[in-house]
Amino acid sequence: MAEPIVSFQNVSKRYQVREAVHHLTFELPAGKVIGFIGPNGSGKTTTLKLMTGLLHPSGGQVLFQNERVRRTMAEHIAYLADDGAVYGFFTVQQMLTYYAGIYRDFNAAKAAEMLAFMRLEASQGVRTLSKGNLGRLKIVLAVSRQAPLIVMDEPLAGLDPLVRESVLKGLISFVDLDRQTVVLSTHEVSEVEPLLDMAILLDRGEVRAMDSTDHIRETLGEDVVQWMKRALT
Amino acid sequence: MAAEFASAQPIYLQLVQRLCGQIVRGAYSPGERLPSIRDMAIEVGVNPNTVQRVYSELERITVAETRRGQGTFVTSDQGRLRRLREELMVSHVTAFLHDMREMGFTAEEVLQCWNELRALSLPEE
Repeated sequence: MAEPIVSFQNVSKRYQVREAVHHLTFELPAGKVIGFIGPNGSGKTTTLKLMTGLLHPSGGQVLFQNERVRRTMAEHIAYLADDGAVYGFFTVQQMLTYYAGIYRDFNAAKAAEMLAFMRLEASQGVRTLSKGNLGRLKIVLAVSRQAPLIVMDEPLAGLDPLVRESVLKGLISFVDLDRQTVVLSTHEVSEVEPLLDMAILLDRGEVRAMDSTDHIRETLGEDVVQWMKRALT
Repeated sequence: MAAEFASAQPIYLQLVQRLCGQIVRGAYSPGERLPSIRDMAIEVGVNPNTVQRVYSELERITVAETRRGQGTFVTSDQGRLRRLREELMVSHVTAFLHDMREMGFTAEEVLQCWNELRALSLPEE
């Protein structure tokens, strides 16, 4: 494997009373699309926040491009949280301008192209966007950054099937895997599988299984949903 | 997404087979340029790394060739395309016979059914 872009070494995270993830150890190859899957409460969000430096590990270490992850690395990591990150009082265009002001790697031309692709109206108020269009806007914000790592927590949550399709197509069209790596968490495993190079199954805060999606199909003769179900029983 | 995938086989292999079928039936002509990796990825709803793998595999089996900076092209070698047509027929018929055997049909039964159906309904070319 080429140099990993992210490496978790025996990482644990404890909140006040409970440990959310324990002894996570894995490496993520650069230039791939990697999916974290698993039941609710399995530690997906915590893992992604540790990866972006938004959370600090209680034990072990998280490396991004061979450096210990710190909060300031948000400059190199585009993170799309499943909540927040957009402001209702802005228009779509103001939201993009705001992002362009914060992140030096924000590509305004790409954002404009993505808006058109997603059929979003630049003058519309963010507060008045439908849930589907809000989902589209978030993808535009994350993918318009030239960051080497794009991390998305449940980018499809709460979106209807047609919107999910357009969001996934937007992602395929605009991400540059020669320079970028995509990490996402999802419950829509069968829909997202064709996009994944690699799947990591979390269960109760631990890595239950991880493999390349081609390898899962080639050697085990099952798709990722079947693989996940078998590993969880 | 545009494509549905069967569960047991790697997606890139399913795409290789689908493209071979399209080439054999002339949806892509000999020597024609295949869609760019990105366009193909969007069309079938898979990630560009997968399409890259599909094109490499087509190249390995000499059904397509990649020209630096220009893209991937269907081979213009007619002999190769005729062989591809044969290969596809053999693999589909083999799979069909395997399925029939699994269900307990004998070769004679299959052949008899085939002849009856052909006499009844299949238009001759």
